[in-house]
Order: sequence, then structure tokens, then C-alpha cells
Amino acid sequence: MVHPTVRAVPIDFPLSTDLFCVDPAALAGHRGRSVSKPEIIKRTMAKSIADEAVAERDRHWSALMVAAQAGESAAYEELLRQCVPFIKNVARRRNIAADRTDDVVQDVLLTIHRARHTYDPSRSFIAWLRVIADRRAIDLVRRTLRQELREVHAPLAFENHADETADPARGVSHADDATTVSRVLESLPVRQREAVQYLVLEEHSLADTSVLTRRSKVSLKVNLHRALKALRGRLERAE
Amino acid sequence: MGTFSDNGSAHEHLIRDLAGDLEPVRRLRPPAVRAFGWLAFVAVIGVALARFGDLPALEGRLSASPDMWLSVAGSVMTAVLAALAAFQLSLPDANRAWALLPLPAALLWVTASGLGCLRAWLVPGTHVAELTEARDCLMFIIAISIPLSILMFMMLRRACSLQPGLTAAIAGLATAAAAATLLNFFHPFDAAATDLAVHACAIAVVVVASWAFSGRLLSTIS
Repeated sequence: MVHPTVRAVPIDFPLSTDLFCVDPAALAGHRGRSVSKPEIIKRTMAKSIADEAVAERDRHWSALMVAAQAGESAAYEELLRQCVPFIKNVARRRNIAADRTDDVVQDVLLTIHRARHTYDPSRSFIAWLRVIADRRAIDLVRRTLRQELREVHAPLAFENHADETADPARGVSHADDATTVSRVLESLPVRQREAVQYLVLEEHSLADTSVLTRRSKVSLKVNLHRALKALRGRLERAE
Repeated sequence: MGTFSDNGSAHEHLIRDLAGDLEPVRRLRPPAVRAFGWLAFVAVIGVALARFGDLPALEGRLSASPDMWLSVAGSVMTAVLAALAAFQLSLPDANRAWALLPLPAALLWVTASGLGCLRAWLVPGTHVAELTEARDCLMFIIAISIPLSILMFMMLRRACSLQPGLTAAIAGLATAAAAATLLNFFHPFDAAATDLAVHACAIAVVVVASWAFSGRLLSTIS
């Protein structure tokens, strides 16, 4: 058997092709270019103006927060509204997915509300807000990672999974149960009913429900807890 | 302010809700002042316990063994610095580095107690704590830590810690160190290895329990 002969063919691959070629003049120009004095002054002024703008915003937000601590709703509303883009920027820097940025914003707004008495006007408001936003963003990242470790998103597998305990006769009793639950649900106060409706029956997220119902997440959690407790008690009595 | 031109319309409902419920708030006092308040409570308990303690025995021990001074100074400084660190950490914008503040004092405390333990081995005739006495020490530290912890956590809850686990652990260290300091009024013998181990165990129980319940004790918005 004759083996094919493999010959090494020298390849001419000059480094002077366009791909690898670096214009020495351009390189020298880039490296060796000295920044002119007017350019330095211009850059310094630009930085100074930016710093002054940030300092001005800090003073403004701090004044709004002091007013909010005194109970002025309008100042507080203005402050929270102005904080939203800042919080979004912090979340983006923490690589929070775009669809979760609003969760961070809501968490931070609620934290500001809860912690507003801890703000000391002698210190920077922006620094205070940045740390809170940063911590809330990190909390969300951790929560998401924990959730991803525990859960697998497989809607098709979920739909196709056969219910081994399925019993056709249960349909009738389920219908009865559903009627009882609906009746008991109707008897709950509006806030509690809304919490069950959106969070449990329609499976909305806490953030979405907060927006839909115009209630805070804390309020929703409290109402859901009370509703479930009330439902448990009333259903036990109904049995 | 070009970068911050977003009107936040997606959060309008929540913002209006929060602003609508707004009430004036009393600004939180500085952490050092709050820590001082808690330490004053510890001092009051200390004065009350001193009336029942064996003060001449304590004085004799302190004058006979200078390393006891170091041990007591270490536990006092640990309690003071850990309390200050805990109140600092309870603020939402606190730097985590505050947790390192009590560590040098804790190191002094452990080292000086270890020296006392060595002396108990080397010097003949030294009264060494028996098992029942060591058990009493454990119960004393835990029992005194409970009211101190209750007050500490009530005060910490006024703030809004975003790192509750760390805050609670340092608060636990402060209460355990304060309780161990108060134990000196009723501890008329040198610390042997078993005794030291029991003290360490009691302090660890308080710190771990504080950390374990941090979620409930210092819960913020989840």
C-alpha cells in the first residue's frame, strides 16, 4: 500500500499585510501626542461642571428628603420620582436583567420609605441612596441565583406530566370545593380578596400586583397572610 | 441632569401610594449615642449585680493576677466596640468594615483569658472551676444575655439594616461580652481550660442564636 506523501509547503505570510500592519506614524502620534494646555483646561472645566452638577443635585435631593422627613408629601413624591432613573443606573451597573430592573426600583423605593428616618442631612443623600440601591440589586441577584438553583423553567414538561393521582370522580367534588372557596373568598375584605386574586389565583408577581392594585408590597404581603388565615378558618368551619 | 431624565412612570402608583401614606418621622439618633444608651443600661445592671456580687474576692483576684485586668479590659472593650459596630451596621448605608471594629479587643480578651488558663495549670493550689461551676457560668452568660439582647434588638429594629445577619451577629457579640464582663462579680476563681471552653461556648451560643434569628428580629422589606 502506498502512502500518500505529505509535503510541507512553506506559506508566505508576511506580517506587513493590512491585517497586521500598524501605521508607525499613527502609533507615534497616538502615544507621543501631548495634550495641549487649552485641552487640559477644557477637560478640567468639564469635570468641574459635572462635579458641581452632581453636588447641586445632591443638595436638592437632600433638601427634599429633609422635607419628606417633616411629612411633606409633595417633596417626597418629587424625590422618589427623581430617584428612579438613578436607581435604574445602579441596577444596570450591577448587570441586572432589563426585565428585573423594575423589581430593584420597587425594592429600593420601599426601602427608602422604611429607612427615611435613618438619613442624616449632614451626609450625602446620593451616597446614601447609592449604597441602598446597590445592596438591593445584589439581594435580587442572590435571590435569582437561589431560585435558578432550585427551579427549572420547563413549561412543556410541566404541561405534559401525567397526574398519577387523577380520578375522574374527583371532578364533581372539585366543583363543589371551588364553589365553597369562591363563596368564602367573596366574604373577605376587598384588600385581602385582591391579594388572593392577583397573587394566588392569577399568579402575578408581587411587583406586578403592587402596580396593579396601587398598594405597597408590604401591604400586599400582610393582606395575603391575613386572607389565607381567614380562608383556612372559614373553610374548616364550612367542612 | 440629562442622564436622569426618566420620569419613572412605571412606578407612579407606588410612588403616589408611598407619598400618600407619608407621616413625619423622628430622625434616628447617631449610632454612637444609641450605643451609649444601651451601654448605660448594661452599666445599671452591672451596678445592681455588684450589690449581690463578691466584691472583695473580685478585688483580690484582680490585684493578685494582673492578666485578669487585661481579660476584663478586653471583654469591656469588646462589649463597647461591638455595640458601636452593631448600631453602625444597623444603618442601611453602613460599611461592612464596621464588623471588624471589635475584633482586636476580642483578640485581647481571648488571649488574656488564655493566659489565665495557663496560670491555672502552672501554679499549684489554684482553684479551678468544677463542672457545676462551669455550668453556672454558661447559664449566667446566657441568662444575662437575654434581657441585654432584647433591648439591643428593640433598638436595632428602629433602624433599617440591609445586612441583618452581620448586624445581629455583632450585636450578639456585644451582649455576650457584656454578660461575660458582669460574670466577673460572681466568678471568684481562675479560668481553667474547661471553664474557658464553657465561656466560649456560651458566647458562641448567643452569637449564633442572634445570627439565626436575625431574619425575624431585624426583618426589612424582602
